[in-house]
Amino acid sequence: MHQLQPSFDSAPEGRAVEDDSVTKPLGRAIVVTSGKGGVGKTTTTANLGTALAARGATVALVDADVGLRNLDIVLGLENRVKHHLLDVLEERVTLDDALVTDKHSPTLSLLAAAQAREKDEVDTEKMCALILSLRERFDFVLIDCPAGIELGFRNAVAGAQEAIVVCTPEVSAVRDVDRVIGLLGNKFRPQLVINRLRPQLVKKGKMLSVDDVNAILRLPLLGVIADEPEIIVTTNRGEPLALRPQTPTGAAYHAIAARIAGDDVAAPMPVLKESLLDKLGTLFGGKRA
Amino acid sequence: MIDFLKRLFGAQGSSTTAKERLRLVLMTDHLELAPEMIDAMKRDLVDVISRYVEVDREKIDVTFEQQDRALAMLANIPILSVNRPKPNGSAIAAAPNVASPGAIAPPDGIVTRRRRRRKKKLAQAAIGQPAEMTPRGGYTSTG
Repeated sequence: MHQLQPSFDSAPEGRAVEDDSVTKPLGRAIVVTSGKGGVGKTTTTANLGTALAARGATVALVDADVGLRNLDIVLGLENRVKHHLLDVLEERVTLDDALVTDKHSPTLSLLAAAQAREKDEVDTEKMCALILSLRERFDFVLIDCPAGIELGFRNAVAGAQEAIVVCTPEVSAVRDVDRVIGLLGNKFRPQLVINRLRPQLVKKGKMLSVDDVNAILRLPLLGVIADEPEIIVTTNRGEPLALRPQTPTGAAYHAIAARIAGDDVAAPMPVLKESLLDKLGTLFGGKRA
Repeated sequence: MIDFLKRLFGAQGSSTTAKERLRLVLMTDHLELAPEMIDAMKRDLVDVISRYVEVDREKIDVTFEQQDRALAMLANIPILSVNRPKPNGSAIAAAPNVASPGAIAPPDGIVTRRRRRRKKKLAQAAIGQPAEMTPRGGYTSTG
């Protein structure tokens, strides 16, 4: 029915559970995608991976952005990566050789993308088989999808059963996400993370609100992440903000992770922090966008 | 000061502009992605119009165009002849208003208004329920 996912005769869904009650049930493979670049897919993947691992789950992060690898940087693991996705797919090394354990979260592992290769060098069927073997070992497999809707996207999506779409409150990002949702179809049950929202701007009517975005996309909302300078700082350091759940944004990532894991918690929303300056600005009227 | 007054009287922020642009662009995108729907709509349109006038099915041209704040459907439907009005059909009396064959919807006239309302409905259906517009994307429907 679907060409995105070549069928695996050897391993139908849930077989591991039926065969042997001792065997771990297959983990969930979730692709993090957006269509447009620069909306925060990689940062979201790193943070959600960190937050899920903090809950005690075993998590594998797969950087599917072959040629433009970045997930290792965001996690601060760039010096530990010895082998990459294509090394595994082309059977030069084993999966164990290529998986890098995170510095901070012992149950979090990274499979880095190849940097000096191209996206169309990835074999879709082998990619599916790889994701399946990761699902056999980990509770969650988060796949960081490249921007675009070409082969790189299709390969990243191929092995996944679920999708998280990341969207910023911008016309271009919403349009691209709309297209991606169309490509994904109903099969991946896509859920939405709205990233880089600036509550102050929304209040002033200068930015699309959460409701504006989701009136168009109509997806189950996992949560909203504010546009905070500390995200840039943590990315500079290679330490995802989710390592600090006491911060509002770190807590938001943890709430999203909880929702992914099935906990009945509310979708995190950024709170409006109004400084005295903002209040004065409102009083006297600032420049309009 | 002008800004202050504007705010006082509820001038629109740029997010309203963003929303409006997004609405239009997505309508256009979805139309492009659903050529089957447009074909079906063309067929239905012609079926309805054919009840009143005889049209040239081969030369029908339906296009979509962004006009200021709305997406407009422009239908160019050459009329071959006007059907004789039925004794009980009140709407049919208006049919001879669309006299010039090949004209792009005359600015006034009952038939045009009727058609325009229909267009609006279709356009709203297109943005209203994006999930139900079956083939929104390319390769998902290939299998």
